[in-house]
Amino acid sequence: MNKILFGRYIPLDSFVHRMDPRSKLILSFLYVIVIFFANNWWIYLLMAVVAFVSILASKINFKLFVDGVMPLLWIIAFTMVIQILFGTGGQTYWHWGIFSITSVGILNAAYIFVRFTLIILISTLLTLSTSPIQISDALESLLMPLRKIHFPVYEVALMLSIALRFVPTLMDETETIMNAQRARGVDFGTGNIIQRLKKIIPILIPLFVSAFNRAEDLATAMEARGYRGGAGRTKYRLLKWETRDTLATLVYSLMAIGVFALRLL
Amino acid sequence: MAITFKEVTYTYSPGTPFEFQALKNISTKIEDNSVTAVIGHTGSGKSTFLQHLNALLKPTGGTVMIGNTTITSETSNKNLKPLRKKVGIVFQFPENQLFAETVEKDIAFGPENFGSTAEEASKIAKEMITLVGLPESVLSRSPFELSGGQMRRVAIAGVLAMHPEVLVLDEPTAGLDPGGRREIMQLFGDLQKKQKFTIVLVTHQMEDVANYADHVIVMEHGKIVKEGSPRAVFANVEWLHEKQLDVPASTEFAFEMQKRGFQFTRLPLTESELADDIADFFKKRGQTHE
Repeated sequence: MNKILFGRYIPLDSFVHRMDPRSKLILSFLYVIVIFFANNWWIYLLMAVVAFVSILASKINFKLFVDGVMPLLWIIAFTMVIQILFGTGGQTYWHWGIFSITSVGILNAAYIFVRFTLIILISTLLTLSTSPIQISDALESLLMPLRKIHFPVYEVALMLSIALRFVPTLMDETETIMNAQRARGVDFGTGNIIQRLKKIIPILIPLFVSAFNRAEDLATAMEARGYRGGAGRTKYRLLKWETRDTLATLVYSLMAIGVFALRLL
Repeated sequence: MAITFKEVTYTYSPGTPFEFQALKNISTKIEDNSVTAVIGHTGSGKSTFLQHLNALLKPTGGTVMIGNTTITSETSNKNLKPLRKKVGIVFQFPENQLFAETVEKDIAFGPENFGSTAEEASKIAKEMITLVGLPESVLSRSPFELSGGQMRRVAIAGVLAMHPEVLVLDEPTAGLDPGGRREIMQLFGDLQKKQKFTIVLVTHQMEDVANYADHVIVMEHGKIVKEGSPRAVFANVEWLHEKQLDVPASTEFAFEMQKRGFQFTRLPLTESELADDIADFFKKRGQTHE
């Protein structure tokens, strides 16, 4: 469980860490969208440079990003193999039944590799440099316009921040329950699929029960502290757009313009 | 069954930014048929230490000898089951691990995992429920209908049902009322005397340490900073205060009296010892005044 990097936050003091989470969220989305418009290596080069500069600005050890990509390598490899085997067009090197290896297929596979890697790098950068609570604040702020169509923004944001807050707590609890059941003779690593599924019951039931109890306690505690629903509340953590956000937006916009210019090549 | 620690170190998430060394060069021995108390500040590594006692965690350095089995970082996770039968752990707030439809099934869960038949296991469940002081009628109820204190007893019964040779207790009385606290500790004390097994107890209740323990291990920042008999450990009140640890109320009281000129041959650990010492003092003074 320690290997999973996704969703972890590394508190540091850097340019990226001090950015407004809203701008980070928007720019990450922008990056992911723009990358799908890439159709030649110059664009990938440009986008890779932007990604690496962003990572450098975050002061986070690059090895962590490599660790972030590693678990997903299988998915990337699988997609690449499909692309290579079923690609058509260009020069054909090998052909057998419905399978064929062509120059376009290989090129597409290479594109997919770069695309996946860059998307993972940028999203890892977002989660490593932004605390979950900041992300939920940013989402709340960005979803505000949806209130016009009666979307329950406050409630969703509240649920999101509570859920994020309890992820580590529930993980710890799962660990404790697993250890307790192990001490009572459950061997989680062995047996066939059905036996293994049965062994999950002694973890799942206590976890659900304690989640229910926790929800009840939390609701009572919130009411006791005067929570009456989202509307009309003030905010403790205020998001502030600063020069560095404008600067980052400028860089990413230039990148987007660059990408569309290079597409014409 | 004795458990020996030889230069044990343990590091969480090695090789990541979240790396944390919880145990640093721990060497100690837990004697057979003894009650060992582990005390220390929150985060001193007590719980990590506990999980080494039945190989839930394996040391990253050094060796742990559990009976005749040696556990090192290379020990595979297979074949640890017999070990877990011998060392039962009651975790903090053990009521959170109950899951079965009935109390009986929950208590029988442990024995069944270790190969008892259903009949044997339900027989054990009946024995255990009386042992922990609950009526047999509880057996057919759902564990989630019970009160907190009763749930705790059921969870403890579930661990005792495996007939462990070493019983590890991680703050067994946390969150209980004074009555329940006394009853539970009394239960473990009696059981230990009757059945002659080893108890390792983690607690913040210094009274329990004074009343039940033969041996005390004091931990701080992942190291053992002191160990010895309760009398030896509690003798140095100032040192314990420095470490932000308590001494039993009787010892504290005697310590304050000593500061005001009262003479003790040795600091008392329990109320009855304190009462005896004070009675002795007045007896002697009475004699000199005569």
